[in-house]
Amino acid sequence: MAANVQFDLVSPERKLTSVLVEQVQIPGADGDLTAMAGHEPTILSLRPGLLTATGPGVEEQYVVTGGFAELSADTISVLAELALPRGEMSQEVVTDLLKQATKAHEEAHPDEHHMTQKFLADLVHIAEDLGFHTNL
Amino acid sequence: MPNLKDLKNRIASVKSTRKITKAMQMVSAAKLRRAQDAAEASRPYAERFNAVLGALSASVGGSDTAPRLLAGTGKDDVQLLVVMTSEKGLCGGFNTNIVRLARLRIAELKAQGKTVKIITVGKKGREQLKRDYSDLFVEHFDLSDVKKLGYVHAQNIAKGLLARFDSLEYDVATIFYSKFQNVVTQVPTAQQIIPAAYEASEDAGGALYDYEPSEEAILADLLPRGVATQIFAALLENAASEQGARMSAMDNATRNAGDMIDQLTIQYNRSRQAVITNELIEIISGAEAL
Repeated sequence: MAANVQFDLVSPERKLTSVLVEQVQIPGADGDLTAMAGHEPTILSLRPGLLTATGPGVEEQYVVTGGFAELSADTISVLAELALPRGEMSQEVVTDLLKQATKAHEEAHPDEHHMTQKFLADLVHIAEDLGFHTNL
Repeated sequence: MPNLKDLKNRIASVKSTRKITKAMQMVSAAKLRRAQDAAEASRPYAERFNAVLGALSASVGGSDTAPRLLAGTGKDDVQLLVVMTSEKGLCGGFNTNIVRLARLRIAELKAQGKTVKIITVGKKGREQLKRDYSDLFVEHFDLSDVKKLGYVHAQNIAKGLLARFDSLEYDVATIFYSKFQNVVTQVPTAQQIIPAAYEASEDAGGALYDYEPSEEAILADLLPRGVATQIFAALLENAASEQGARMSAMDNATRNAGDMIDQLTIQYNRSRQAVITNELIEIISGAEAL
């Protein structure tokens, strides 16, 4: 039986969850990462993706679009720019996000194109994974 | 002496004014609760965020490669003031207090020979500053059709500020807003947001963290978000302050209307008696003359 770890997910507008879990799968900017108890203290930034917290009797999934996570031996805090429980995702939200990201990409400075491009691609990927249309 | 009909009308009009102020007071009491809840809900994020940024900037801030948002441009010649006020009036001295603080700062900076630029958020502050400083205005953010303040609004403002910073339009940005203490006390506050001034947390454990990707990349990613977070916190504080100020202003107005009604009623009764006495005298003297 794995040791439990305190998991907090907060967005600027609200605190989404605070539970004891066994592991959290985090979409890191450099790739997915599964954090468990006793993790080396780490700060990593997020890419748009699905965050999955699995614990004794709980399995929660959230869609996050960016922000960062602070990992330590006994706590995992995710500070997401925008976070929604998977169940609250809707086509409307997806369309909105995609529109914003597309606009940001078009307006971005050429130096930042690769960043906005990646953000958009990640967003499309997660939206398709969840079964939403991505054609605007 | 005003005649009875005028007095009666006057009393009726003050009574309906009292009804309106009473209703406004109750509406802002309800809105205040919501605004306070929103401010409360945003706190865990802001605290965490500032702690992490504090640790990060303590470890990277001193180096030459520190991002410009943290280290500044090395000058403070062009000052940008972001004055955040409300979209609606009837909230006592709320807007005036913020604007007064901004005016003081403008005068101070001008005396030092600095260039001042102003961005206004909220219509009321813009109106008050327009008379003296309209030549300093560079942008205005209109939040009048915003029903519920969201992080996106703060992001919008932050985006504008950051774009201007990138194109070297200013060196230092300060936001002006009102901190909510309680219903009767709101403290006008000036807070420098660019370059960022984060305090390192006490448990200076920042250096122990692993960073993924690199420390610099994370810092560069987080600093712009930090601007938005601070603006969001300020907007929420402002919203709570506005409702608090409106509530106490309307409470005062309701009480004043009550006092006025009492006074007018006494005056009305006196005049009524005078009229009756007059009529009696006329009748009696008429009867005596017969």
